[in-house]
Amino acid sequence: MMHQGFGESRSRRTLTRGTRLLKALHLDGALLVGLAAVAAFGLLVLYSAAGGNTAMWTRQVVRLGIAVVGMLFLAQVPARFLRMVTPLAYGIGVLLLMVVAGLGDIGKGAQRWLDLGVVRFQPSELMKLAVPMMCAWYLHDRALPASIRETLVVLVIVAIPALLVAEQPDLGTALLVAAAGLSVLLLAGLPWRFVFAGAGLAAAATPLAWFLMHDYQRSRVLTLLNPQTDPLGAGYHIIQSQIAIGSGGVFGKGWMNGSQAQLEFLPERSTDFIFAVIGEELGLLGQLFLIGLYLVVIGRALYLANQCRDTFGRLVSGSIALTFFVYVLVNTGMVTGLLPVVGVPLPLVSYGGTSMVTLLAGFGILMSLQAQRKLVRT
Amino acid sequence: MRRVKVKDLFREQRTFELRVLLAGGIVALLLALVAGRLLWLQVVRYQYYAELSQGNRVRIEPLPPDRGIIYDRKGRILAENTPAYQLTITREQVNDLDGVLQRLVQLELLESDDLERVRKLIASRRLFEAVPVRLRLTDEEISRYAVHRHELRGVDLATRMARHYPYGSVAVHALGYVGSISEDDLKRLDPAQYFGTAAIGKTGLESSYEAELHGRGGFREVLVNAEGRSVETLGGARPELRIDRPAAGLDLELSLDIELQRVAEQAMGDRRGAVVALDPWTGDVLVLASTPTFDPNKFARGISTADYRDLTTNPDQPLYNRVLRGTYPPGSTIKPLMALAGLEAGVIKPEDTRFCRGFFTLPNSSHRYRDWKKEGHGTVNMREAVMTSCDVYFYGLAAALGIDRIHDTMTRLGFGKPTGIDVQGERGGIMPSTAWKKSAFKQPEMRVWFPGETVIVGIGQGYWTATPLQLANAMAVLATRGPHFKPRLVSSLRDPETRERTPRPPEPLPTVTLNDPGSWEVIVDAMVAVTTGPRGTAVRAARGAAYTIAGKTGTAQVYTVGQQEKYDEKTVADRLRDHALFVAFAPAEQPRLAVAVLVENGGHGSSVAAPVARAVFDAYLSEPSP
Repeated sequence: MMHQGFGESRSRRTLTRGTRLLKALHLDGALLVGLAAVAAFGLLVLYSAAGGNTAMWTRQVVRLGIAVVGMLFLAQVPARFLRMVTPLAYGIGVLLLMVVAGLGDIGKGAQRWLDLGVVRFQPSELMKLAVPMMCAWYLHDRALPASIRETLVVLVIVAIPALLVAEQPDLGTALLVAAAGLSVLLLAGLPWRFVFAGAGLAAAATPLAWFLMHDYQRSRVLTLLNPQTDPLGAGYHIIQSQIAIGSGGVFGKGWMNGSQAQLEFLPERSTDFIFAVIGEELGLLGQLFLIGLYLVVIGRALYLANQCRDTFGRLVSGSIALTFFVYVLVNTGMVTGLLPVVGVPLPLVSYGGTSMVTLLAGFGILMSLQAQRKLVRT
Repeated sequence: MRRVKVKDLFREQRTFELRVLLAGGIVALLLALVAGRLLWLQVVRYQYYAELSQGNRVRIEPLPPDRGIIYDRKGRILAENTPAYQLTITREQVNDLDGVLQRLVQLELLESDDLERVRKLIASRRLFEAVPVRLRLTDEEISRYAVHRHELRGVDLATRMARHYPYGSVAVHALGYVGSISEDDLKRLDPAQYFGTAAIGKTGLESSYEAELHGRGGFREVLVNAEGRSVETLGGARPELRIDRPAAGLDLELSLDIELQRVAEQAMGDRRGAVVALDPWTGDVLVLASTPTFDPNKFARGISTADYRDLTTNPDQPLYNRVLRGTYPPGSTIKPLMALAGLEAGVIKPEDTRFCRGFFTLPNSSHRYRDWKKEGHGTVNMREAVMTSCDVYFYGLAAALGIDRIHDTMTRLGFGKPTGIDVQGERGGIMPSTAWKKSAFKQPEMRVWFPGETVIVGIGQGYWTATPLQLANAMAVLATRGPHFKPRLVSSLRDPETRERTPRPPEPLPTVTLNDPGSWEVIVDAMVAVTTGPRGTAVRAARGAAYTIAGKTGTAQVYTVGQQEKYDEKTVADRLRDHALFVAFAPAEQPRLAVAVLVENGGHGSSVAAPVARAVFDAYLSEPSP
């Protein structure tokens, strides 16, 4: 860009020491503050949701620390390098998924984990980042909007890992992988007629999906429609989480005072259903506050995506922002009874290290991409 | 003609901007939808849900099932459940946690080494939960607690059923033990079933039969007050409170004879090793002893850090199950089996003789394979070779057979693969062959089978390794002259409520048939000579027995003696001394018991291992057969 030089020299005068440091570390202040606020709020809620189990809480703090270090590290990686290794990461990811499908360790009744001896690792987590990056890598040099053939290639790039993950069966992660890939297509300017045709096709294929679903997945859809059919079985989660949220009212019952959560009526209260604990103890205001924080993070991430100067950066950043949104939407929708129960955690709040590392790794990549925006020739 | 597309960067940037704006709009819209849903639940329907939440006064309390009891073959109880007093701490009721813990240490109710573990345990539990810090107190400890109770606010006694092993360390490697459920266990089990269960099988039968022993967990609903404390039912019975009674686990009836087991363990004394005794006609395991032993009650009662460290750092490895997991070179014990393989392949006849001059050489090689007897055994036939354990005879026989024919016969006798006993963790050992070597090594020069490697297999050395259980199993086949049964510890399962018994019939394995069935008696006769013949290696141990023993001694090298050196027992450190082995069955004509004994670094099989087998035979055969 022609005016780049001006912009830089003019802004340099107004830079304070702090912002200069952030700049040097490729960090975005506003995004960082938003993420920190969500994480801090999450730890506060988790302390209560874990029923004062300090060991659990400490473990989460440690995981958060690890995830932050990962994010800061990824932010330092040059964007060009990220683009270069994308096909490799994607290839390895698909390979590992096949390995898991073949000889995966049985974890929680589903084949998701790969035991590396030292750590157990979920290849599907890697795919949440590798899939959108691969889609963007493919579209990077091509004229956009993509042709029908190119669109089909991207769909295949998304479908292979998504189907492998769905087969594990891990519907929640499959959904996130697919959403991450498809959001790249949307952001790349997929013509609207394709979007609507795709949506129509998906609607038409619903009966087929029903046919392919596992029994427990079907029962989750059915219980969403009528939770009372099985109040102690599959409907229990939905009923108890709605009671928790509803009984919280506007101001909530107070931190550590939710009877639903503390008396263990609410299942999975520190993991997937932690949003209901917020509703019960901190009320409508607490939940809206958190949603507001999420909006700040998503909005800022989308803004940064738009600042990226090359196609790869834009598409990957935009997709990371939208995937984060899908996490929020699917989890809150499930907990409030708008969507079927799908195992998607509330980002940066639910107990568990895997999703936190992936999410913050995504933001690390996003920061790397936005930082190098002025160094990349267009 | 195909339209040429040109990358229009400005247009792409513009499209992206529009799409991002649109995406932002959708994000805001959908989150507004969620917010709307929250308004509906928390504002419009607040009263309704608040009442429902008030009504949530019934809490589900787990009712753990009784764990199945384990009996030996004569109905003696080997593992049972007894009420135990446990010491619990409720953190919220303790003012000064460190002070209270220190006081407990002073009163010798806790060990100071244990404080770290107890602190961790307390930190990992939920609010107002009583954390068990000791699982089983002695009567004396209970009274000490009772005297000082007033100083120990927040420390309580609670009762529960705890596992108890009345025979203590006897047969611990067969029974295994239960211990607290670990995080690893939690990943494997169904949490709904173990909700309320304190202990889980960790090793041995307790672990292998966990599913049968555990039973099905139940629950009951209890009324709770606003703080979640259980309250008495209001005005008598509340019929709507549900109760789902637990179903107790199945009892196990073992083939093990605990008194015979005790005889075997006592005969081993403080030596390291293994004893296995099988009923050859059923596969029943009557003795499964690995020494040294340890007290499983320590685990059931919640082992202290110091005790556990003692067990894991003990150089004698008491936790190690030598019967199932110890793979040793079988040594000379397999010479009768080698002879059998020779007869089966037709490369040798019983009366064929070989001159033993103290060493063996392969054609075109000067390497000397030495006999244990430096001056040699002279001219020996098959019977004499087994009786005197002549190495040179078997070096030659092995060379004549070749490794693959040896492998075929030994595989039929159960070597090189687990026997399939109903306890987990069994190892299969190695029965080498040319194919095995090809797959076992990476470097091409290591993947070729050398003739010299066959020679030492002839005396049970080299790559060949076997567990004591496999040795006893092979003896059982010789004892029955063919019929073969899978070793088993559990002979029947019993439902404690209906008293219904489900026997597990003996599981036959493919019968070993010989080209010439007469070969069986040749081998048995040679093994009888070992215990009765003029130069038999186990004559001393068998002297005075009221029955005939068919046996074979063995000495397995741990340490390789160089070509010019001479093995000297006194200079070789204890851990490098040879393992002593003895395998046998008796009575030779109508066998009732097949036995394998291994004494680690025991020296000679004849003097150390054979007397242990003798003690087991004496104890078992003095009783009339059932």
